[in-house]
Amino acid sequence: MAISGASTLFDKLWSDHTVCDLDSGETLLYLDRIFLHERTGSIALQSLHSAGYEVRDARRVFCTMDHIVDTFPGRGDKTLMPSGSDFILATRSETRAANIRLFDVDDGDQGIVHVISPEQGVVLPGLTLVCPDSHTCTQGGIGALAWGIGSSEAEHALATGTLRVRKPKNMRVIVDGQLRPGVTAKDLVLHLIAQFGTNGGAGYTVEFCGSAISQLSVEARFTLCNMAVEFSAFTAIIAPDEKVEAYFAGRDFAPKGEHWEDACRYWRTLRSDDDAVFDRELRIDGSLIEPMVTWGTSPEQVAGLRQFVPDPASFAELHRREAAQRALEYQGLQPGQAISDIAVNAAFIGSCTNSRISDLRAAAAVVQGRHIAPGVRGVVVPGSRRVKREAEREGLDRIFTEAGFEWRDSGCSMCFYAGGETFGEYQRVISSTNRNFEGRQGPNTRTHLASPTTVAASAIAGYITSAETLVNSEALIA
Amino acid sequence: MKPFVTHTGIAAPLLRRNIDTDAIIPSREMKRVSKRGLGEGLFAGWRYTLPGGRELNPAFVLNQPDYAGTSILVALDNFGCGSSREHAVWALAEYGIRAVVASGFGAIFHTNCIRNGILPVRLDEASIAALAEKVQQDPQKNQVTIDLQTCLVQCGDLLWPFSLDESARYLLLNGLDPIALTLQQRRAIDVFEQVRRKEHTWAYAPMEDCVEGVWS
Ligand code: SF4
Repeated sequence: MAISGASTLFDKLWSDHTVCDLDSGETLLYLDRIFLHERTGSIALQSLHSAGYEVRDARRVFCTMDHIVDTFPGRGDKTLMPSGSDFILATRSETRAANIRLFDVDDGDQGIVHVISPEQGVVLPGLTLVCPDSHTCTQGGIGALAWGIGSSEAEHALATGTLRVRKPKNMRVIVDGQLRPGVTAKDLVLHLIAQFGTNGGAGYTVEFCGSAISQLSVEARFTLCNMAVEFSAFTAIIAPDEKVEAYFAGRDFAPKGEHWEDACRYWRTLRSDDDAVFDRELRIDGSLIEPMVTWGTSPEQVAGLRQFVPDPASFAELHRREAAQRALEYQGLQPGQAISDIAVNAAFIGSCTNSRISDLRAAAAVVQGRHIAPGVRGVVVPGSRRVKREAEREGLDRIFTEAGFEWRDSGCSMCFYAGGETFGEYQRVISSTNRNFEGRQGPNTRTHLASPTTVAASAIAGYITSAETLVNSEALIA
Repeated sequence: MKPFVTHTGIAAPLLRRNIDTDAIIPSREMKRVSKRGLGEGLFAGWRYTLPGGRELNPAFVLNQPDYAGTSILVALDNFGCGSSREHAVWALAEYGIRAVVASGFGAIFHTNCIRNGILPVRLDEASIAALAEKVQQDPQKNQVTIDLQTCLVQCGDLLWPFSLDESARYLLLNGLDPIALTLQQRRAIDVFEQVRRKEHTWAYAPMEDCVEGVWS
């Protein structure tokens, strides 16, 4: 904390949760909530029990089935992934034995952990939350201190209700200026990574602020903070405001009555002091950002939709040059190729980055009255059962299916390849997910990350394009 | 947990940035609810010729006879970035990797290493380049020694100091389980919890409605 007494939002949450400072230089941090999922949670619980430890307070531990569970309509415990049902069954029996609230395969509130955690009001502003999943930083979007951990740390969290953590530094990313129409939080975070690299946030908790951030919807803030891990940040955080209060009012596990009043009063104190000192500060002019799409196999290998696939020779550093070379080989692209000339075989709308109702509405608005290009496979996977129900109530499912998309049950689905479903080798997927790593969506599958509207527009066009360009080009033809 | 005091072994350079945990162990190789049986899946996408196959790709460094018995990896920045899957570390350990020397690590991966007795050593890129060059001259002969007591990496006549967070060093040197260590602070945790629950009742009240895993 700064000597002046001025502190950042992160400092405040950190000190509010400090049980004690350890001789080692670490802090013993108190955890308010723990969320698990069937892929890593099952192992953590099993290992915890076999080591003879018990869950300290099961009432604040939650678990969902999202990673391995199938997303085909009418799914059960069987999965396309060989041995996938072992994870499901183990998770069910371990959570039952430990009295942990499970959002099971057939639960009406099931969904991707980072989507249902705020949707249920499990995570709240000012709380600490950990989950053995790297995208837990998503919850910084509502002003929670939330971060991803490994399985051993999850065992520690379950057994002790705390974690031993060395305090990261403070970074502030100020985004001013108005995002242009059609530019989303996804484009903003890809722009940030393009500017400062996948390593730009290493060692920091990143607070996003500025006029462009205040204007973002709560769901867009989740998208932004979701990819803080792709920026290598410990986590990200945004000060909660009235939008966040409105978001939580009435949620299942949110406080009610007088507790709600107390909560709101406290949440209004959750902001960095005016004179708080940050170890690093970055500024972004939001009005200069254009729709972005990745061309390579790392989120920093990214360009504006109007730009070109770079020539590896144009990178000064040898390792960047080699990385670009390898990425182009994997992706089957040529240097100098216009991004807007890249034809796609598939389009995926889903994942903890972009599968919330606002994402689906935005994508549906692009798709409405159009049809996906011949030979392109389109898949839409709502982030939760609640999102799915709401989308169906609004008729979005019909818009998607009439346009030729598959409409799925909720889960992580083809965001990653667990050995089950994939778009296939050498298939080029425009995807609203967060990772374009080699093999992430399947062996030799080629991933291009973009916003849901860009994914929707590209599915219609058959090549990578923005919604704006799609509409303009149709107007020209007509 | 296996302590790490000092280790001498063959080092394999894998000079790339951003080697993510999906590359270290692809999801499709995480077949069972277990920390074991993962060594075979280590770097599967690069190590084998075909996805899901087991035919060795002779071009991959760990498959070359010179690097048989590798126990140390040498890489560039942001090693272990991406997914939090601890399977990456379990796979490395099962394969026989005791230490990773890189110019930077993914934060979650770094902690996962410490929790599993694998030493993550951070050196600058120039040192990594020099170390890799030395190793490549004769990998079997130019073995690398990493001493966690003195915090030195040595290869032949080359020597580099490194630093590691004191707590991580202590846990590794002694092979300690941090859960047992933290449970010694149980009283402090209980007291903190009581105070916090009183000050922030709103945060816990909704959870009190739960009796034995059944929510009202
Ligand atoms: S949607 Fe993708 S990134 Fe998000 S939790 Fe699931 S697998 Fe991970």
